[in-house]
Order: sequence, then C-alpha cells, then structure tokens
Amino acid sequence: MVVSDMAAPEEPPRAPLLRVEQVSKQFPGVLALNEVSLEVYPGEVLGLVGENGAGKSTLMKILSGVYQPDGGHIVLDGKPVVIHNPRQAQDLGISIIYQEFNLMPNLSVEENVFVGREPNSGKVVRWGQLRKQTEELLDQLGVRLDPGAAVRSLSVAEQQMVEIAKALSLNARIVIMDEPTSALTDREVAALFDIIRGLKERGLAVIYISHRLEEIFTICDRVTVLRDGELAGELSIEEATPDRIVRLMVGRPLGDLFRGEEAERRLESLAARPPEPVLEVRGLGRTGTGQDPAAIVLEDVSFALRPGEIVGLAGLVGSGRTEIARAIFGADDYDRGEIIVSGKQTRIRSPREAIRLGIGLVPEDRKLQALVLNLAIRENMALSVLDRLSRFGIVLLGAERKLARDMVQALRVRTPSIEQKVLNLSGGNQQKVVIAKWLALRPKILIMDEPTRGIDIGAKAEVHGLMHQLAADGVAILMISSELPEIVHMSDRVLVMRQGRIAGELARHEATQEAIMALATGVVGTIAPAA
Amino acid sequence: MVSETSAVGGTAALEPPKRRIDPIELLGRFAPVIFLVVLAAIFTSQQPAFASETNFWFLLRQNFVYGILAVGMTFVILTGGIDLSVGSVVAFAGMVAAAVAKGSNWRDVGNPDPGGSAVLLAVLAAIAVGAGAGLIHGFCVAKLKVPAFVVTLGGLAAWRGATQVMSQGTPINRFSDDYRFWGSGWILGDRVPVPVAIFAAFVIVGYLVLRFTTYGRSIYAVGGNPEAARLSGLNTTGLIMSVYVISGFCAGLSGFLLTSRLGAAEVVAGQGYELIVIAAVVIGGTSLFGGEGSVLGTLVGTLLIGVLYSGLAINNVNPYYQPIIIGVIVVLSVYLDQLAKRRRRA
Repeated sequence: MVVSDMAAPEEPPRAPLLRVEQVSKQFPGVLALNEVSLEVYPGEVLGLVGENGAGKSTLMKILSGVYQPDGGHIVLDGKPVVIHNPRQAQDLGISIIYQEFNLMPNLSVEENVFVGREPNSGKVVRWGQLRKQTEELLDQLGVRLDPGAAVRSLSVAEQQMVEIAKALSLNARIVIMDEPTSALTDREVAALFDIIRGLKERGLAVIYISHRLEEIFTICDRVTVLRDGELAGELSIEEATPDRIVRLMVGRPLGDLFRGEEAERRLESLAARPPEPVLEVRGLGRTGTGQDPAAIVLEDVSFALRPGEIVGLAGLVGSGRTEIARAIFGADDYDRGEIIVSGKQTRIRSPREAIRLGIGLVPEDRKLQALVLNLAIRENMALSVLDRLSRFGIVLLGAERKLARDMVQALRVRTPSIEQKVLNLSGGNQQKVVIAKWLALRPKILIMDEPTRGIDIGAKAEVHGLMHQLAADGVAILMISSELPEIVHMSDRVLVMRQGRIAGELARHEATQEAIMALATGVVGTIAPAA
Repeated sequence: MVSETSAVGGTAALEPPKRRIDPIELLGRFAPVIFLVVLAAIFTSQQPAFASETNFWFLLRQNFVYGILAVGMTFVILTGGIDLSVGSVVAFAGMVAAAVAKGSNWRDVGNPDPGGSAVLLAVLAAIAVGAGAGLIHGFCVAKLKVPAFVVTLGGLAAWRGATQVMSQGTPINRFSDDYRFWGSGWILGDRVPVPVAIFAAFVIVGYLVLRFTTYGRSIYAVGGNPEAARLSGLNTTGLIMSVYVISGFCAGLSGFLLTSRLGAAEVVAGQGYELIVIAAVVIGGTSLFGGEGSVLGTLVGTLLIGVLYSGLAINNVNPYYQPIIIGVIVVLSVYLDQLAKRRRRA
C-alpha cells in the first residue's frame, strides 16, 4: 500500500472515540464474546451486524455497564475505563436506545427527557426551565413535538425521538441504537436518518445495529460483522456489498436465498390451471375498537386465496392487515360479511374452529402470541396438534418427540436438544418453532403476519425458502409484511390495504415498492421509499 | 481491513445438551427437598421417635386435608390463578355432607346418621357442592373476566357465610361408624389411615394428569402464555373454568373427610386453610405467575409444612409462632427459586 505524503486536506488523522479491545464474555455453557475488538470514531456511524446470537446484545450490554467483560478492555478517549453500571455508562457519555424504550408512558415528553434531572431550585421543579430546555433539544433534533404531551399518546417514531432527545440531554457522545427502525414506517425511517446525520455532524459517534442491510448501506460509514461471538470482519461501506456482509454473517453463501425459478414455475402452472379458491372473503367488516366504538376497523374486504399461491398483504401499520388475519382465524370477531372455506360458508368464532378448518396463523408477535416460552421446543411444536398426538387424552410422547426431531431437522432449528426451553433460543430459531407448530398441523391456509420480523438474514432466507416449498405443496399463504422488499420479492400478487379497506390489488409484475406505497398512502405520484 | 473467516456449514446439531452442574441452580431446584430432609434430620436427632413409622402416619393424617387441597390448588396456580375460597368451601361442603347423611332430622343432635348408602350420598353431596362452587368461581374468572383473586376472595366470605346460615351456629356431630371410617379408619392391615390413602391417590392422579395427558399439557400452556394457547386452538376459557372445578372438587371431598375425621361439622372448619395450602404449593416450586410447577413439588411442600408444625410441637414452641414461620419460609423459598431461575437464564 502506498502512503501518500500529501495528506488529504479534509481528513486529518483521527483518534477513535471508543475502542473495544479483545473483549470476552463467558456465560454458563456459552462463550458469548470471544476477544472482540472494534473502534468508533467521532462523527461516524458504525453499523454492527450479525445473526441473532452473534453477540451484538452482549457487547451492547457490556458497553452500557449491564455486564462486566471477563477479559479485554474498553478504552474511551484513549483512557481505559471500567463501566460498572448503566448510570456510569451515562456519565461517560454512552447512551443506548433499546428496541423497547425506557420511557414512562404516563409522563410528558419533557418529564421523560429530564427524569431525575429536572432543573430545580431545591426540591421544586422549575417547569418553565424544563419546558425551555426540552424545546431547545427538540429544536436541535429538528423534531416538532409538544413537550407537554404524554408519551403514551405519541407514535413509536415520536417516542424514539424522545429517547434520542434524552440521550442528547445526557451529553451523550456515543449513541447506540438497537434495531431502531423495526417498528417504523418508511417515512419515519427517513426522518430518523436525517436525525442520525445531524448527530454525526455534531461529532457524535453512532453505533447502529440492524438486520436490514439496505439501511446499513444508507446510513453507515463502516460496518462491523459479528458471528458466533467473534469478529467476522470489518468493512468500510465502499468495500462492502450485501453479498459480502451476508457471507461474513452466516459464514456461508446464501445460495437458496431466492428461489426465483421455482416460484416462476409454480406461478405458470397456477395461471394455466387456476384451482378453486380455498378461502373466499366477502364483504368482511368490523366496526369499533376498545377506544372508539364507531371506528371502522375493516370495511368491505373481499378477496380469494387459491391453493399454492403466496398472496402479500401490504399496507401501513394500522391499515387493518392484522385485523383481517385475526378475523379469518377467529381470534377477533367480525360484524359483517362472510368467510368461505373450501367452498363452504363458515362462521369462525374461535381459533379452535379455524384450526379445525385447516387454517393456521403465524402471529405478529411470537413471544406474546405464539410461544409458551417456559415450555420445551417439543411441547411448543405439539401444542396445536395435541389431539392428533394423543390417545384417550394421553400424549403419545414417542410420536411427539419424533415430530419435534423431524421439524428441528427440516427447519434447521439450531438447538442442542428438542427439550430446550424456547426461552433460550434466538429470535430466528423461535420463529422456526412457531412455523413448525403450524406445519405440524398441515394447514390448507397459512396466514403469516410479519413472518420474518426481527430475525436474522440467514433465518429469513430459510423461512422464505420454506414458504415457497409450502406453496409448491399446495398450501395457500397469506403473508402480511411491513417490509416492502419482502412483499415484492415473495408475493405472487399483492393486496394493499388502506384504512380498513382493500385499496387495490397488484399482480406480480405490477408490484413495485412505489406502486404499493401509492396505494397504501392513497397518494398517487412519486413517493420515494426510504433507502 | 477485511478479515473473512472460513465458511462453516450451518446444519442443526442434535447432540444431547451439555449438562453443567451449577450448585446454586441445584440448590434452588431442590431447596424444598433438601430443607425437608434437613428438618426431619434435626427433629429426629432431638427426638428419635420422630422418624418412627407411627409418627410418619400420624403426620400424614394431620395434614391430608392440606395435601388434597394443595393438589387442586396446584392446578389453579399453574394457570396463573389463585383459589382463596378453599377453606370456606371445606366448611360448607362438610356441613352439607353431614346434613345429607343425617337426612330429614339433621338438626337432631342426639342420633347418628344411618350409615351405608347415606354416607355415599353425603360424599356425593360434598363433591357436588365443592365442584359447583368451583364452577361458579371458574365462570366468573374465565367468562366474566373478574380477577381470580377477587372472585375467590368473594367465595371465601360467601361460603363461610352460607355455612353459618345453614348451621345457625350449632355444629352437627354424632356420626355412624360408616361415616367415620373415611376420615378416621385404617386399611392395609390397619397400618395406613384411609384419608392418607385418599390423599396419595390424589397426588398420583394429579401427577399423572399433569405430566402425561393433553389436558395437563394444556394447563401448562394456558398458564405459560394464555394468548399463545388460545391462538394454538386450545379452549382457554374451558380450561380455566376446569381448574376451579378441580379445586372445588378437592375442597368438597376434603370437607366431607374433615367432618368424618373430627366427628363434627363445624362453622369454623377449614378456617385459614387457604394460606397454608397456597404456601405448600408455592414452597413446592410452583410459580404464582403460572406455567411452571408440579404436583410432586406440592407434595414436598405439604410434607415440609407438616414436618415443621409437628417438629415445633415436639419442641414445645408456642403454636402462635407457626404462621410467622410459614410466612418467612414462603418468601424465602420463592426467593431461592427466583435466584435459581435468574442463574439459568444468565
């Protein structure tokens, strides 16, 4: 390498703000981090990627003082530091914005930003000052928010802004963001990126953790890849390609990431001989939510689903996608319309009845709605087919074990044993357990609500592969996703929802991200998707 | 600055899990058993007769009511619920059983019941009263969505009141030998007390049901994550109702057995039992949040309380101290359990 003696004028040699030197962390039975090193410079965004279980969270918890490393050092401003607890991390200027926010929903924006540090005279809070300081912070961020508004009334994106304002108020110099966009719409993501660029300009260092590679390429200057607790590689964004990052993350090429040809073949045969629909929804409607009895949740929703096709259900958060899924599955009731399964009109009143009709639902939130975390993989996989795996009410343990072993193998669930509690699995493997549970049922109709949310790219490819395989076996799949690339890539056709109605349907060749967004927002014209 | 490590194929490994023995985890998991053994050893060293067979059966005979109630309570707590009404249901079911056995002149204190089929009727009446009470509780919890704590707190008051109204403050006593047999008789060569055998049957059946049946599995699922259980096609409403019926069934039968053992149906029967029963279940490692625990743990918890009470009596400790000790042990055992769980998760 030739070193030019003419130093580039715009880039003087910089000292890293934070250096992590050969940090290791051991948990009972697992080496979570093995001599991992990384550095972050002021005014840069470092992308931190890796599959679930790669050690990102552990590293983050070490930086925030939740865990103590077993080996290695953390060097801040050239001085080694020991971070004993989260409070000390704050004092050192390290702020972390977790996926689940640490906000008090019933307090106002300003109270949340300055909680425990309110400007005061003696014991009395100086509210005027508090308001002023909060407004200044929000101005710096370019965010328009009422400092007096209760946090619970804010959108997820706005709550995130409150977290960022809080970090700034703590004089943070390093801001770590864990999957900050997982619950944001594209427009909100764009706004967040503007704010991150602002932080950069002010000389802060940002560590950006995300599964979404396109975001890494949009916002990061460098990217560090972890795999199995080790440093797998470090790339500047110029030398990085999605393929290269993925290879570093999973340690193998993702040959089966896109099964384009097979999908095309399936589509052709569907078009040649369209089978009778297995599910027909006609004029489905529901009025009233917990908060507003007059709100229209679903209105005149009609569509059909044929065996062997994957239909994408797109739309903004709150447009009624999940509500359709839950209505069909009998999880929520509906007021109007009819549901016809395999040509027979039915009134589905409970998930139990839906399951009997051959409908499965992979719900939106696997931990809250799909898994019993305390039970073993085996027990979770058998949960919806207990009737089949039993005789006279007694569980046939042998059959149950065989089912679990077969599923673990077929879906490549990474676990030492089928007796492992689901609690101890990574997000991707948990999602595979959820899917296995429904595969065990051999459904005719499988509704998948955000089937790859929060799982890593390797597991995501496997889930997608599996969906293609199921469709090839004749299962009708209705896939809900907030990720437009996923919708575009996976769907044979796309239904787009807006305000509880189906705003339009797009065939595979028409379904571009722009076309979907136009239908979803009702704005015809050019809406550039973020990233 | 690229450092790419070699590609590793990612297939699912299926070796058996590596078992690492963590002393604190073991201590947490087996704390009740260890504690039981240690206590028994201490009391035996003070009083060798403590370990005798006679005392063994005596101890079980003292505690069978708690034991049977605790089996039912385990089902309830596994779903994340609670049943505070058991003591009052015991009293009411006992009163009804006594009245049914004695027939039309049940207020006549002088004559015992006729025995024979009258006793059978009494048992059925007690069970029907208990299961019926449980059904009402279960309906309020599962269908009307009133918190279990509130429903069964109401039950605690109401069934005691029902007992008072029925008895008008006078106990019913004098029973036939047939009636007394179930609570005070002996079987298997006069070595095993009848109610202890019944208790054993409850433990065995409870254990088998929870461990091996789809019903048992569903109970754990509902307790662990009710929404996931519902979306997996389980009839969660029915399951939740059923555990209160089971608890009520246990309380109903216990009510009969208690009158049979004491030879009297009293207004104050079973008072405060809910505390001891819940303590036994919790000490046995069943989580009050639901989804975790077992009948075997409950058995150990029951024995632990029994051994403790009897040991304290041997040592002439004023019985007024017993509730304090129980309270401390409950908190301590849950603390140890939590400690072990945190260890497992870290």
